[in-house]
Amino acid sequence: MGDRKSRMDLWVNVVGTVTFVLVMAGILLALLYAPTEKTLGDSQRIFYLHMPMAWIALGPGFTVVFALSIAYLVTGKMKFDRWASASAEIGVIFTTITLLTGSLWGKQEWGVYWDWEPRLTTTLVLWFIYVGYLLLRAIAGEGPRRARLSAVYGIVGWVDVPIVFLSIWLWRTLLHPKILSARGFAMDSRMILALMVCLVAITFLYLWLLMVRARTRTLESEISGLRAQLRRRNRRGGNQ
Amino acid sequence: MSFFSQAWAIVRKDLVTELRGASTIVSMVLLGLLVVLVFNFGVEPGTASASLARSGVLWSAFLFSGVIAVGRSFASEKEAGCMDGLLLCPVDRGVIYLGKLIGNLILVFATGLIILLFWTAIYNVGIGGAWFGLLLLLVLATIGMSTLGTLFAAVAAGVRARDALLTVFIFPLLIPLVIGAAHMSTMLLSGKTLGEAGMWPWILVVYDVVFLAVSFMVFDFVVED
Amino acid sequence: MTTRGAESEVAGSAESLEAPTVAAAVLVRNLRKDYGHHEALRGVDLRLDPGTFLTIFGPNGAGKTTFMKVLSTLTRPTEGIVHVGGKDVVKDAPEVRKRVGVISHNTYLYAQLTGLENLEFYAGMYRVPNGRQRALSLLKRMDLFTRMDDRVGGYSRGMQQRLSVARALLHDPELLLLDEPYTGLDQHASRVLAEVLQGLRDGTRTVIMTTHNIQEGLSGCDRVAILVEGQFVYDRRVADIDTSSFQHTYFTCVHEELPEED
Repeated sequence: MGDRKSRMDLWVNVVGTVTFVLVMAGILLALLYAPTEKTLGDSQRIFYLHMPMAWIALGPGFTVVFALSIAYLVTGKMKFDRWASASAEIGVIFTTITLLTGSLWGKQEWGVYWDWEPRLTTTLVLWFIYVGYLLLRAIAGEGPRRARLSAVYGIVGWVDVPIVFLSIWLWRTLLHPKILSARGFAMDSRMILALMVCLVAITFLYLWLLMVRARTRTLESEISGLRAQLRRRNRRGGNQ
Repeated sequence: MSFFSQAWAIVRKDLVTELRGASTIVSMVLLGLLVVLVFNFGVEPGTASASLARSGVLWSAFLFSGVIAVGRSFASEKEAGCMDGLLLCPVDRGVIYLGKLIGNLILVFATGLIILLFWTAIYNVGIGGAWFGLLLLLVLATIGMSTLGTLFAAVAAGVRARDALLTVFIFPLLIPLVIGAAHMSTMLLSGKTLGEAGMWPWILVVYDVVFLAVSFMVFDFVVED
Repeated sequence: MTTRGAESEVAGSAESLEAPTVAAAVLVRNLRKDYGHHEALRGVDLRLDPGTFLTIFGPNGAGKTTFMKVLSTLTRPTEGIVHVGGKDVVKDAPEVRKRVGVISHNTYLYAQLTGLENLEFYAGMYRVPNGRQRALSLLKRMDLFTRMDDRVGGYSRGMQQRLSVARALLHDPELLLLDEPYTGLDQHASRVLAEVLQGLRDGTRTVIMTTHNIQEGLSGCDRVAILVEGQFVYDRRVADIDTSSFQHTYFTCVHEELPEED
């Protein structure tokens, strides 16, 4: 047990260090190295944060919740539930940042904060789904019941996302066919490098936060286990 | 008794219980009608925006009253521990899900129909040849709404959540349904047919089939301890 | 009676599980049930011969209800083996459900339906042949025949509990689980229920009852057990014990496990 814990600590530190270096590099590349975009100006640089955040939010963040939810229902092991909840929490934060940066950028590009762009709109729906997931967890107490019910939500929510995207995309393209090309801009090779580094950096940031959060959850669960033991021992008093 | 006749016994029991209580049916119908009515005050009657908004109004009303319908489906089991009584029976958990689902399909469809009729009347919608398409949309939307609604009503009952939370749980999941239904009813009212709607009807069909399958697979985990 | 002595006795009865002579009506071996970090049952062993009436006493939170829920398949064991009539409660849950009838302080009845409708509904769920006939005869037996077309919502608590006994008997279960059946009943209703329950004893039906009322619990049972903190600390045949001093025994058992808080 102690061995596993110290190994986990080691991994958290390794991934944390790599994340720190990558994020620093990403910031420098995005702000200094990458050239200013001709028509959009410096405001385009928010893209180096927005796009990697959106990638985690729409991709791995909630796919991990989905996969771990299935793993929990199949095996009944609480650790899958802890990791799933950790991923959902970080996913919600990343989704929030995606929405904020997306609408700030939208203000620059379209002149409005919100234009029902299909990916952004899907992200908004996703945000609602996973806030619902966390809300369910918040009111469901603790233990296997919460794990089961939230796993069901995690599965259904993930299955829903592609259908949400498809329907929003169809709905928008039918009304405004031009919208799809509106976000394109010519990518300089230095821009691509900066973007790639940011993408890797944010992915590592997600991994690191996931590990820290899951470790916290594990410790919390151990503490409440020890508390329960202590209560029993106190009640039995001198017998033990 | 077979799988289906046992499911039907649950449906009959629920409907009888519901009709004798009657309060939820009345409140869900009234809520639907009120949503149609209230939205009307937000738009200038007879303008172009009014004709665009009216499809959205129809399906919003459908959604709100539908949540009340499905939210009630496990409420009757809470009194006197009836949910446990049902789980003690040697019936497949699928039977319980199916029974609750059919009950919800009936209630949601019936309410949807009343809302549809009221909506055509007060918005002065000339349905004309579109009635068949609208009915088909109502059927597809009812299936999707009831499928996920039944599943999450069981989830909500498991955590003793109130109807407001059930709404928060399922509305985001139902968005494809609303977009599709609203979009196609606008089409139908402008004289087009569902045949011209391209992928849309299929999105609703896929949505219904996918969530019916998923719900059947996971329902056991929702009710078993 | 010391705790240590009681434990060795439980261990003794567990050992006899190894070579069963008669097929056991209920067989429980090393049953554990955790709810998160709360250990409701911590290693329960039990073997019941068909026709035994076992009463389980225990303070609140001892795990009595959890034990009943495991036997009736409402909750899955975390660990251990539980068989009812030779069927596993996890693998053969539907078979176990056919063999078990449950009466608890929850009546499992629908207030909007009449007494007869309630029984007919459950008869359908249990696939009871000639469900209506069976329902009518049970209504007569429970002295509810004249009120069977009234809604259950209008019944007194005692009538509801009698109807719930009828509901539990519909499918003629081999094992009857009575989980605190007297809770919420007034004295008259308790006496009527006690008579009804006595009438169920026919030598073949196995009954397990939980209660904390010593008077009602001891009347008519063959075996008594005491559950404290998720473990049986006492398990005896009624024939072997002095029932008049049982109250003292009970408090000693509970006391040793749970000293008074200071």
